[in-house]
Amino acid sequence: MARIRLQNIAHSYVGDTGNLDDFALKKLDLTWDDGGAYALLGPSGCGKSTLLNIISGLLYPTRGKVYFDDREVTTLPTEERNTAQVFQFPVVYDTMTVFDNLAFPLKNRGVDGKEIRRRVTELAEMLDLQNDLKRKAQGLTADVKQKISLGRGLIRKDVNVILFDEPLTVIDPQLKWELRSQLKKLHKQFDFTMIYVTHDQTEALTFADEVVVMYEGEVVQVGTPEELFNRPNHTFVGYFIGSPGMNILPCTVRGDRAVVGKHEIPLGRIYKESTGETKLELGVRPEFLTLSTSSDQGLPVSIGRIDDIGHLRVAQVSLDGLPLSVVVGENEILSGQSGHLVFDTPHANIYADGHLQRGEAV
Amino acid sequence: MIRFKWLIPTLYIVFLLLPIYWLINMSLKTNQEILSVFSLWPRDLTFANYKVIFTDPAWYSGYINSTIYVVMNVLISVTLALPAAYAFSRYSFLGDRHLFFWLLTNRMAPPAVFALPFFQLYSSMGLFDTHIAVALAHCLFNLPLSIWILEGFMSGIPKEIDETAYIDGYSWPRFFVKIFIPNIASGIGVTAFFCFMFSWVELLLARTLTSVSAKPISAIMTRTVSASGLDWGVLAAAGVLTIIPGALVIWFVRNYIAKGFALGRV
Amino acid sequence: MERQVNQKGWLMVLPAILVVALNAVIPLMTVVNYSVQDSFGNNQFFWAGMSWFVELLHSERFHAALGRQFIFSAIILLIEIPLGIIIALAMPRKGWGVPVCLVLMALPLLIPWNVVGTIWQIFGRMDIGLLGHTLASLGINYNYTQEPIAAWLTVIIMDVWHWTSLVVLLCYAGLSSIPDVYYQAARIDGASRWAIFRYIQLPKLKRVLLIAVLLRFMDSFMIYTEPFVVTGGGPGNSTTFLSIDLVKMAIGQFDLGPAAAMSLIYFLIILLLCWIFYTVMSLEDDEPQGGVL
Repeated sequence: MARIRLQNIAHSYVGDTGNLDDFALKKLDLTWDDGGAYALLGPSGCGKSTLLNIISGLLYPTRGKVYFDDREVTTLPTEERNTAQVFQFPVVYDTMTVFDNLAFPLKNRGVDGKEIRRRVTELAEMLDLQNDLKRKAQGLTADVKQKISLGRGLIRKDVNVILFDEPLTVIDPQLKWELRSQLKKLHKQFDFTMIYVTHDQTEALTFADEVVVMYEGEVVQVGTPEELFNRPNHTFVGYFIGSPGMNILPCTVRGDRAVVGKHEIPLGRIYKESTGETKLELGVRPEFLTLSTSSDQGLPVSIGRIDDIGHLRVAQVSLDGLPLSVVVGENEILSGQSGHLVFDTPHANIYADGHLQRGEAV
Repeated sequence: MIRFKWLIPTLYIVFLLLPIYWLINMSLKTNQEILSVFSLWPRDLTFANYKVIFTDPAWYSGYINSTIYVVMNVLISVTLALPAAYAFSRYSFLGDRHLFFWLLTNRMAPPAVFALPFFQLYSSMGLFDTHIAVALAHCLFNLPLSIWILEGFMSGIPKEIDETAYIDGYSWPRFFVKIFIPNIASGIGVTAFFCFMFSWVELLLARTLTSVSAKPISAIMTRTVSASGLDWGVLAAAGVLTIIPGALVIWFVRNYIAKGFALGRV
Repeated sequence: MERQVNQKGWLMVLPAILVVALNAVIPLMTVVNYSVQDSFGNNQFFWAGMSWFVELLHSERFHAALGRQFIFSAIILLIEIPLGIIIALAMPRKGWGVPVCLVLMALPLLIPWNVVGTIWQIFGRMDIGLLGHTLASLGINYNYTQEPIAAWLTVIIMDVWHWTSLVVLLCYAGLSSIPDVYYQAARIDGASRWAIFRYIQLPKLKRVLLIAVLLRFMDSFMIYTEPFVVTGGGPGNSTTFLSIDLVKMAIGQFDLGPAAAMSLIYFLIILLLCWIFYTVMSLEDDEPQGGVL
């Protein structure tokens, strides 16, 4: 296992044109610690898979360097990097038995037969595959096939990192949970560095110690699930993580107050005022808004639809025509009423062109 | 090793093109030059050989005849194969498997075996020396092939499409023409290509079933060889002209060839 | 795919069946009819029973033609199938090279068969052909109208020229249906070039290869036009394959009875061998398949 460091990585599929728009990955620096569980989260086309391929060596980056520990591997071919990968669609060698599938990476590296037998038997037990060893891989179900692909990575003791490219996409929902917890267990047991690409936030948040959120070829935030939730670095993170996503309102700033239309909202910190070029926005999560029909504190809103999304209720309200979502408790709020909205000051964030502003303490 | 991989297809293509180049080369020479000097390109460039073909009705009618029966065959094969392939891909009926295999075995019948009986059959129907006779005869191998290819494409179309259309109130013929056929358009293209190919290149049946008014170009060529024997230039020119329709057809379907194979039966 | 039971299917198949039956059943019955009769001209026929079959199965001429036919088909398959696979593996997988390769390679497939014969007849001639002339100037006596070996070589090279592309196209289509991730996984697993071929490409090629072997076997076993144009079955009988022998007998010598008997035996051999090929090659293939096949 190794620590993986990406230094100034950028990649363009059309060559280094110098034009930033051609780059599928714009400049990024990241370090992944040995034995960590990381998730790479973002919508389709944000560059997740490109980044994964750069780590595994299926792609060489246009710019920048890749290090495994202190060894530079930027242009090292895949087979010399000792990475493993589980793909979105299960890749197994159809004509081989499960045993031969697991043994394949070892055979290719010239490990002797007795050692192969020992390790495959041992691993098969951990993966719950011991009864399938003699079967052909062809007819197996998708979840078993995914376990085999994972096994082909785990069988090599010296593997530096195991990459997962949306591995649960084709798995039945009830099996997803099972497979995920099994994977978590294996991670603890083997202590491998794990990079898990997904566009499913629940998967990322329940899995990873640290989540890397990508958007349009850039890393917009790296953090623990709590950090992503409480202080999204970018409006995209706020919108993408959490359901419903963060409310984003166009605003201007006056000292320690945000001005939305004709209303003022206290922020608790002092921000630089808009210079006209930059677009300022106020972001606040539905969880950090309080709606009340009885008190007349806060901003006047009209209440629209109320959705019951299982464990909580979400009200759609309108502040002078601007739509917001608010989490409401099991109380008496009904649609069609008018009410007042209070912002939780520490959780009201200001974004300039999408990026979080720090502000100064009052 | 990887770096020189391109050499293999390149050498192969050179091997394929050399004889064709030689044919073109000869078609642009005079007979005198062909027989007297050995040259890699025409010293005395002439189009006289082509002129012979384009001005003599006995020659150019051969092209027209070939084209007519090939087009007829493609139309008949595709039209009849479409419903049949649909039935094989969607329905299960008494004896369907046996029927399918029986159809395919006809692809295995050596035309040489059938030459004489074919002559008698079409003579007795009064169709001897007509285009339709050749077009129908070529159905022997083209129709099973068409059904086979189309069935492959149709099996790739989910059944839900049919069901949705019925729920939306389409009658079967309307659904088939309006929805299903557009869905397998590329399959029809591939099928038509193969029908064209096998009908265009076949000689034995075409020659057996015609004498004058529907005689294909390839048969006219063999006659010229045996009759005058030595008119190499015109023979080469006629050969070149039989390659051109095929080349044009491939050019138009170039993007579908590989895809067609892949989507269909592979 | 599950197919629903619907006897209406027969109606949709019927037109196609009728046209094929017209072309297949009636001539076949004619052939069967001839094969059990003897004719003395003037449309007089006499019952001959199985005698033609018996005679044919003991005739040296038939044995010789059959032997030549088997050797020819075996050589053709041994050359064209591996060559086709190698070329398909070496072909570019994307970019401008793909349509160029496909178009140029498909070209020989669309040339009328007798023109293929004509092309090679010219190309191999020692006086006016590029190949023959070049070999002659190297001091090699390459006269395919006199030398059986040269004649065989010409016919084989011609067939390789004519038909290898079909194998290439089929294999290429099979290869391009393999998703990229398989190659990526193999690289990650450290597989060698051979292992990639053996465990990823070959399994995917199995079905196309079955089609390629069947088509090439059938067509090479039925070959008539091309060698007829080039060698006319000669020199001597050295390139007289089954079809050529058959046509010589039926049309040249008007021996309808033996020719018909030979046609039937010939047809049955092809059917039998195709069935064997099909069964053997699809034996391991336990993958469930959609559709009828």
